Amino acid sequence: MPEISRDEVAHLANLARIDLSDEELDHLAPQLSVILESVASISGVAGDDIPPTSHALPLTNVFREDVVTPGLTPEQALSGAPEVEDQRFSVPRILGEEQ
Amino acid sequence: MSTDWTRKTAAELADALAAGETTSVEVTQAHLDRIAAVDAPADRRGVHAFLHVDAEGALAQARASDERRAAGTLLSPLDGVPIAVKDVLTTEGLPTTCGSKILEGWIPPYDATVVRKLREAGLPILGKTNMDEFAMGSSTEHSAYGPTHNPWDLDRIPGGSGGGSAAAVAAFEAPLAIGTDTGGSIRQPGAVTGTVGVKPTYGGVSRYGLVALANSLDQAGPVTRTVLDSALLHEVIGGHDPLDSTSIDQPLPALVEAARLGATGDLSGLRVGVIQEMSGEGWQPGVLTRFQESVDLLVKAGAEVVEVSCPSFVHALAAYYLILPAEASSNLAKFDAMRYGLRVWPYEGASAEEVMRATRDAGFGDEVKRRIILGTYALSSGYYDAYYGQAQKVRTLIARDFDAAFEKADVLVSPTAPTTAFKLGEKLDDPIAMYLNDLATIPANLAGVPGISVPGGLADEDGLPTGVQILAPALADDRLYRVGAALESALLAQWGGPLVPPEENLR
Repeated sequence: MPEISRDEVAHLANLARIDLSDEELDHLAPQLSVILESVASISGVAGDDIPPTSHALPLTNVFREDVVTPGLTPEQALSGAPEVEDQRFSVPRILGEEQ
Repeated sequence: MSTDWTRKTAAELADALAAGETTSVEVTQAHLDRIAAVDAPADRRGVHAFLHVDAEGALAQARASDERRAAGTLLSPLDGVPIAVKDVLTTEGLPTTCGSKILEGWIPPYDATVVRKLREAGLPILGKTNMDEFAMGSSTEHSAYGPTHNPWDLDRIPGGSGGGSAAAVAAFEAPLAIGTDTGGSIRQPGAVTGTVGVKPTYGGVSRYGLVALANSLDQAGPVTRTVLDSALLHEVIGGHDPLDSTSIDQPLPALVEAARLGATGDLSGLRVGVIQEMSGEGWQPGVLTRFQESVDLLVKAGAEVVEVSCPSFVHALAAYYLILPAEASSNLAKFDAMRYGLRVWPYEGASAEEVMRATRDAGFGDEVKRRIILGTYALSSGYYDAYYGQAQKVRTLIARDFDAAFEKADVLVSPTAPTTAFKLGEKLDDPIAMYLNDLATIPANLAGVPGISVPGGLADEDGLPTGVQILAPALADDRLYRVGAALESALLAQWGGPLVPPEENLR
């Protein structure tokens, strides 16, 4: 039976870039275990001979003509940004303080 | 006494506008007044279908429509008929939150294709409707802005994720609304609010500007009070869009014509398949009784009923709750506090990654976190084959079940949801109980086939609405309208008119 531990949930949340508090981990970890348990029934349902379906209606190579069409202006593109500087997205530092 | 325009269907409003009996401004104002009266009254007890009402914009669009009418330059048959839009579709100049704090205050710089088509057809946009955060839920309780209340009983859920759109239409706050359906978010709210909801064939309505929950499952569609209104709206929003690479590149079937044909009530020669797997344990008796009544009415209308078995449907829920979180965990990675939306600093001088973590913790609600973590798990190496890979194979089996069933029947029918509307809060902290609401609607999303929910009458035990789901093969959306309209007209004849929420329940 799949069991997802509190530590695993903390690890996954880390991979997903979500800070979870201890209370949140206490709350979410058991719920995730229950969900996982209920979806685990799926393993072994389909054999190796069954091809996977990633999309309901298969489409391949959908291209458009390579022509220039109007897009957003820089002002429009930046209109929702938390911070803007010199017509660019201003972001927090991306390196550690020691670097 | 003056006419209450909010009680009219969209088709009736279009006729009244054409006949010069009213104006778009009058109709739009009537709906804005209705919203002011029932959506959030002073005592805070209201339907709460809307997250944002754009009275000024809607009236300006209505005035423009009236001017077009005077000049004889109408844009579509629904020109001047107001509409509400689910808050998951981008609207230039109007807030779009997806029911999430992470997008609070965000004003998109562009319109979704569906919204652009509404504007090009001349429909004034009343506002944006409430929803479960990022469309994750079946009750609208996962909205970060508080739940929507079911107009039939304000203590009950309106379904989800599109509970706002369904409740707006049910409470006569809008004649039309747009919903989106990833696992039942148009059809299940339709069932529990006694309204009509259509999930078109996957790719039948553009997803451009629809904030993605699960790309391979999401589909926008009509939310209305009648089958004909859905057909009229579907013809406005449907069709090929080069901006959506999964859009179907062929013309829509004649949907309005199919609805009008169906309303004549003759279904001779039509084969209706009843899905055996969708009854029994877990299905409310009153829901099944109303459903059987509808099946009998289809037979009376000349349809031939056959039983069909779809054995893989029992695995649909599990497959869905692996595929959806997997796609969602990837889609929601874009909410990273860098380019738009919320930015939370855990401390001054924090790094981008720390800001990202703090923002996503503060900006996402529990259900979104659960699904992102579950999806991250399902996609991790070591678990990928056992979970995500298996789910994709089960998806193939479900599509094959549909193929086999549609050999025996032209349409399939089932109850839309296993129960009537439950009490707010009842299943909020029990994800599995919540997920079971979508039992009957999920298979269609996995296979990409279209479905409609039509009001099936009130359950005996609680007097609350039930829904009948009709499913058709991919690209045969017209069948939904033909059969849906036939069933609707038979039921209306039986009831002596539409069943609407008692007005005293709204206060």
